[in-house]
Formats: sequence, C-alpha cells, structure tokens
Amino acid sequence: MPELPIQSGDDVVRVRQQVRVLAAESGLSLVDQTKLVTAASELARNALVHGGGGLARVEVVRSDSGKNGVRIDFVDEGPGIPDIDLALTDGWTSGGGLGLGLSGARRLVDEFELTSKAGGGTSVVVTKWSR
Amino acid sequence: MERVPILKIGPTLFVSIQIDLQDESVVRLQEDLADELARTGAKGVIIDITAVEIVDSFIGRMLTMIGSISRLFDAETVLVGMRPAVAITLTELGLSLRGVRTALNAEKGLALLTGSS
Repeated sequence: MPELPIQSGDDVVRVRQQVRVLAAESGLSLVDQTKLVTAASELARNALVHGGGGLARVEVVRSDSGKNGVRIDFVDEGPGIPDIDLALTDGWTSGGGLGLGLSGARRLVDEFELTSKAGGGTSVVVTKWSR
Repeated sequence: MERVPILKIGPTLFVSIQIDLQDESVVRLQEDLADELARTGAKGVIIDITAVEIVDSFIGRMLTMIGSISRLFDAETVLVGMRPAVAITLTELGLSLRGVRTALNAEKGLALLTGSS
C-alpha cells in the first residue's frame, strides 16, 4: 500500500493524483472520482495545515458484495480535534476558511471515520465505492 | 511552485489554468491578478477552468475572492469551462461561488463582459 507524505502543497497535489489513478482503476465513475479526489484534497490540506503534516495511505478495497472501492487513511500527529461534532458542523472553522473542508469531505464519500483526541493526533479514514 | 500566466487582450485579462493547482499557486494568481488589474485598468477577467479536475473549498474560496478583488478595480470576473463533475462536486461540498459570474465557455464569457460594459 503506498504511503504518501503530506509535508507541503506539492505533496497535497501528489496525494490527489495518486487517489485519481486508483479511483479510475477501481472503476469509479468520473463524478465519483472527482468527489473522492476533492475530499482527499480537503483532508490532505487539513493534515498539512492543522496537523502540522502527516501521511496518506491509499488502497483499492473490495466489499463483501464484490464492489471495488478506494480507501484512504489520513494520519497526522497534530494537536487533535477537541470537539469532533463541532468540527464536523458546516460553517464552523478554526481558521480563516469557510468551514466546509471536513463536513464537505464527509458528504463526498460513502464512509467516513474520524478518530482524534486532544493532543493525540487525528486519523480520518474515507471510502468511496463504485456503483 | 508553478505560476499561472495572465494574458491581456484588449480590455480583458485571460487566465487559463492548465496546472494541477496547489494552494500557493492560487494565492499567487490572486496577487498577480490584482497587480495586473491595477497596472492595466482591465475591465474584465476571464478564468478558464476547462482543464481543472477538482475545485475544493480552498480553491473555491480563492476564486470567489478573485471576483471580489476584481470588483474593487471596477472589473468583472467570469469563470468559464467548469466540468460537469466539478459542478456536481462543488454543489455537494456546499460551495456556491456567490458573486462570481459563470459562462459555458470563453467565447460566451467574453460576450457577457462586452455586453455588460
């Protein structure tokens, strides 16, 4: 499974490109590819800006019912998210953004799992399935 | 970091984004456009995103800001060439790009600018 560093804006672009390749390979439609790559862009930026850098693991997965999908695990060792419910609220922002990054990314994927604790880093695992 | 070139044709500035945008490139484009608007007194800006595969919340916010900045220079911004998959994704993301005019392609965008000036 490729492990991609997220330490710069260039790295965010590389994560997007890798996700695009695997999403196309696993048979996601163009719209679903675009949704997944956009979600990946939001989450990679979060890891960089709020998590102080991290990494992404991208893999092709297969469901019990035989569907292909792409799963991405974003991990950072940053300060963590003290209030996850608040962070997932549309329009809530910790900085100068629109507050759509995390909540928007969740809407764009089929499965979204966020684990974080204050001071303990953050992990976000997202999956998009082919239809 | 790659930079996005800005072309001046008559009273209009043309920007065609042909690279995989990283945040720094978009911020730089915003600054370069403000400089060009101040320097040239252009009345319109056309941003062609035909080749752009994704617009996330950061890029979307920057495009909205470019529209606002242009207005401060008495210029109008038209975003053209958005891919259907990008439009669907942007809407689901919750971004409306309020305040930015859009057109199907560069030709229609130019007609919009000349018709409104």
